[in-house]
Amino acid sequence: MKPNDVILQSVTKVAVVIIFTFSIYLFMNGHHNPGGGFIGGLSTAAAVVLLYLAFDIEKVRENIRIDFKKLAALGVLIAVCTGLGGVLFGEEFLTQAFGYKELPIFGKTELTSALIFDTGVALAVIGTAVNIILSISEDR
Amino acid sequence: MFKSILFISLCILALTILLNLYRVIKGPTSSDRIQALDSIGINIIASIGIFSILFHTRAFFDLMLLIGILSFIGTIAFARFIERSVVIERNR
Repeated sequence: MKPNDVILQSVTKVAVVIIFTFSIYLFMNGHHNPGGGFIGGLSTAAAVVLLYLAFDIEKVRENIRIDFKKLAALGVLIAVCTGLGGVLFGEEFLTQAFGYKELPIFGKTELTSALIFDTGVALAVIGTAVNIILSISEDR
Repeated sequence: MFKSILFISLCILALTILLNLYRVIKGPTSSDRIQALDSIGINIIASIGIFSILFHTRAFFDLMLLIGILSFIGTIAFARFIERSVVIERNR
């Protein structure tokens, strides 16, 4: 009998957009409020896992052409390079810097180097979590 | 008055979570366990709502959404597991 997943797939198409938006909100919220790179990456990984649950592995792999092992390595590389940026200017490892800039749409915005570090953390968490779940689900 | 009502409802929610935990441990079939786990998630969301009324804060609202999303995905994964015994299919 052919499995019938119409309800699950239609709910997933709407819910994944909401979860991705919410994870971006959590990621950007992390400088002053609860949130940050780790939890943003985890909720992004939850959305990807929901896609894997509703559709099959081959279909998602065709449409999201990202190697998650390379994504985790890239995230760690970005985080370490941001930490080494402080060493270049004679400060200690992982020293952070921030400044205020006038941006076209947002007006006066606080730009930090911790944001780039958080991007690296988020990429590493996404890659690791999706990899763990995919390798657990392969039982043959 | 208002605070005591909130405290009483928190106690009732804690009791509900305990009863659900009994169903998770003792439940005869795995469908009972999955439903009890989903119900525990909903009760945790309700208690976080009451806590944020008590503490006059909005910091926990993100947490409610996050627990809702995670319990939704967990319920779907468990349901897939008892229906087809494979959580993520390779090729449909």
